[in-house]
Amino acid sequence: MELADLLNALVYLLNKGVLNAAKIGSIYALGAVGITLIFGILRFAHFAHGDMMTFGALCAYAGTVILRDLGINTQPVPTGLLALPLAIVATVALALLIDRTVYAHFRAQRSPPVVFVMTSIGVTFVLQGVIRLIGGTGDRQFFFLIERDGERIRESKDRLLITFDWLRDLVEGFAQQIVITAPQVALFAFTVIALFGLHRFLTRTRLGKAMRAVSDNEDLARVSGIDVGKVVVVTWVIGGTLAAIAGTLLAMDTQYKPILAFNLLLPMFAAAIMGGVGQPFGAVAGGFIVGLAETFAVFDWRVLYDLLTPEGVRAAGSMALVPAEYKLAVPFVILVLVLIWRPTGLFRGRVL
Amino acid sequence: MSVLLHAEGMVAGYGELTILHGCELTVERGRISVIVGPNGAGKSTAMKAIFGLLPLREGRVSFEGRDITGLTPQELVATGMGYVPQMANVFPTLSVEENLEMGAFLAPARVREGLAHVYDIFPALREKRRQPAGELSGGQRQMVAVGRALMMGPQLLMLDEPTAGLSPKVMGDIFDIVLKVNEADVGVLMVEQNARQALEIADTGFVLATGRNLYTDTGEALLADPDVARAFLGARD
Repeated sequence: MELADLLNALVYLLNKGVLNAAKIGSIYALGAVGITLIFGILRFAHFAHGDMMTFGALCAYAGTVILRDLGINTQPVPTGLLALPLAIVATVALALLIDRTVYAHFRAQRSPPVVFVMTSIGVTFVLQGVIRLIGGTGDRQFFFLIERDGERIRESKDRLLITFDWLRDLVEGFAQQIVITAPQVALFAFTVIALFGLHRFLTRTRLGKAMRAVSDNEDLARVSGIDVGKVVVVTWVIGGTLAAIAGTLLAMDTQYKPILAFNLLLPMFAAAIMGGVGQPFGAVAGGFIVGLAETFAVFDWRVLYDLLTPEGVRAAGSMALVPAEYKLAVPFVILVLVLIWRPTGLFRGRVL
Repeated sequence: MSVLLHAEGMVAGYGELTILHGCELTVERGRISVIVGPNGAGKSTAMKAIFGLLPLREGRVSFEGRDITGLTPQELVATGMGYVPQMANVFPTLSVEENLEMGAFLAPARVREGLAHVYDIFPALREKRRQPAGELSGGQRQMVAVGRALMMGPQLLMLDEPTAGLSPKVMGDIFDIVLKVNEADVGVLMVEQNARQALEIADTGFVLATGRNLYTDTGEALLADPDVARAFLGARD
């Protein structure tokens, strides 16, 4: 086996495996943190979270179109990123509007949790309708067709190609490049910043500590004088912000679809439960575990096998551990295994 | 001597069920009042009704001469009352210091002063201040719970069965804590199962049964009363 083959195999693994897992893991983490915070404070499973992500992506798309029509082009920074603040504001406003008009009503009536869960499923369907009314049922690309050198081409996602030129000179036959797209770089950066910021907020600020206090024991928080209403608002602001970021960056990396985040909903719930319900950093861990497990379960090892075996030995078919159709089941298998080992989740969450 | 808290004619309950039938309670400024009585007498219910956790159907509550009937717990904390529930009275995942800080949520400027005051009363908490409150022993948890309620510098501390579930030795410590808090002229209203010990430190004792006042007197007088002793203190003949 040649050194070049090994390097090629490693870069292939990085491109198709690790980066994909990190990408989908980041999306799951950002969504699951919102779900787990909402569960901790408001005590219900927020099934409309996926559609809040889609709504954020749609707003970002609308912003991108407007910016393009205004002739604003910020290449190499994708225009979609400039529209992200708009998406965040709109998603937070939507979350607060829904809370004020729907969930607050049931809170005032002290409805049991199951009523909230059913309500949030209802909200999901309403949101899906609203999203299609505004954005249509089709898919949309954040990267537009542009005129370049007399040809109409898809504006590039500005792939960041990390080449190893110096290695190439040393090792003959090393040809692979690490490929990261601009939306992926933004996603990783936002994930790190958002989670670091959230950690500081929850452990250093008065309101952040009050959030953890309400999550621990709402009645005690009230008799301590904590303004639970304010904590609820902050929860929606954080959940909405993270949902908008995750939805927008996912849509930029692939494409905007009306069903974009609804498909992510179940893996995100698996991540939140795996991490320990009510534990934001458990949800982050859960998100990345689910992302890794899912990606590598359906990862086709054939290319690596072919690269690393002697000439003539070739895989007969797909070498994925699990056929791609079963991808959605993988998070739940992992979830069940984790819960058998630790019934309250990785970070000792609430008992459901 | 002036009246700090006065509740009269309290009628309250849960749903159809009425638990308090015109109960009356008083705390003098800087003194200790104790509520004793059999299970189901409405002792904890009376505390909840005073602290706005349960709506009063009839009756009124005044604090420092001001009508506080119907105020929310948050408003009562701001007026100078602190309440320590019987169960789950600390935030288990928050550190000791964060628990205490939550007691002064309404007045962030008071946090530093409040912490110094609480650590002064409970030096043991200063050493444990970074530890999650859920990891503490029962007695230390009660210190955190009481400390949290003291952060705003209240005039009145309300304790709902602070010795419930604690060992006899720790129980003694809790009564010491109550006395220590009271030394700083904080009035105390306490519900207690251990009637004899509680009445020993009480300036005023209220014996409740089925939501009504049965006996009201000084702690000393109630301890000496043969009727009270026979019915509620498990008197030894």
